[in-house]
Amino acid sequence: MSGPAPRLLYDRVAVGDRLPELRYDVTASTVVLGALASRDWRPMHHDKDFAVHRNGTRDIFLNTPNQAAWFERYVTDWTGPHGRLGRVTFSMKGSVFPGDTMVMCGTVEGTEVDEAGCAWVSAAIELAVDGDVKTACAVRVAVPQTTDDNPWARRGDQWRP
Amino acid sequence: MTGAGLSGALRAALADQAGDPVAAARSLIGGEQYPEEGEFPVERGYIWTTCSSVENANPLFWDDEAAADLTNGPIAPPTMLSVWFRPHHWAPGRTEAALPLQVHFDLKALLELPEAVMTENTITFYDPVRPGDRLHTHQVLRSVSDEKTTKLGTGRFWVIEVVYHNQEGGLVGVESYTGFGYRRAAS
Repeated sequence: MSGPAPRLLYDRVAVGDRLPELRYDVTASTVVLGALASRDWRPMHHDKDFAVHRNGTRDIFLNTPNQAAWFERYVTDWTGPHGRLGRVTFSMKGSVFPGDTMVMCGTVEGTEVDEAGCAWVSAAIELAVDGDVKTACAVRVAVPQTTDDNPWARRGDQWRP
Repeated sequence: MTGAGLSGALRAALADQAGDPVAAARSLIGGEQYPEEGEFPVERGYIWTTCSSVENANPLFWDDEAAADLTNGPIAPPTMLSVWFRPHHWAPGRTEAALPLQVHFDLKALLELPEAVMTENTITFYDPVRPGDRLHTHQVLRSVSDEKTTKLGTGRFWVIEVVYHNQEGGLVGVESYTGFGYRRAAS
């Protein structure tokens, strides 16, 4: 197979492994760009006056679809482009505001090769601000077992997310 | 309850269940509701804007050769699934804002629960979504709980699935939302 070499192979992953931490200083531009990129026109994601006086929050805040994009970026920064998301579950616990430094960290919680021969890694990821978890995310991502394996090539019954 | 203010389908469900709103809500479980087509085809501008918004350098979305090698051509980031169904902020002839996840708002109205939050969201990804795809979706109510009391108030949890297919009928994803509709506890 041509193209980029896999960055992360299944046999290099073990339960308990920590994903590299990602820190990002959130600005109003981060929030507004993320909301509009995800076609979320609701005012609490771009209008501080509305957010404060109608939602009772201290400022505009990151919307959930854009947080999903942050989680995807975080996971595939680790796996490389061969990593193929199968499933993500979010639990929203708090909001992320301009001025916050969000910190993403993750831990491998499980590994398995399914009956179709696809290698899966399960990871628990947290998006936190000042140590408080704002969003928890459970991710199931397929990674290659060998340098010529490609989870993206799986179709139909060979893909069991 | 009388059903005033409810859609025709909800009023019919209520009438079928002798005016019992919980039974009416549960009678909707498993049915395909609100089939719709996305308002525009999947396109690369939003893909790049989204990747830019989170500084995602994954070559699948920026390097056509890498995409050709790994994914048989360009694809959209999987987590953009719902992006392709958010309605335009304005469109000719539209007099009311379109509401995504209409079943959620139907349940609030039917069960007369004025407040609601989403407590959990799971997305399962199947065939990749590609530029030019015209996606279709429908909503399925999966469950309505018995009455529960949380720190927010008293109400019911419900689970709604949004099922996404491409123009060839291929399943591309399923979103599952857990909502909690409630009345605030009296202070």
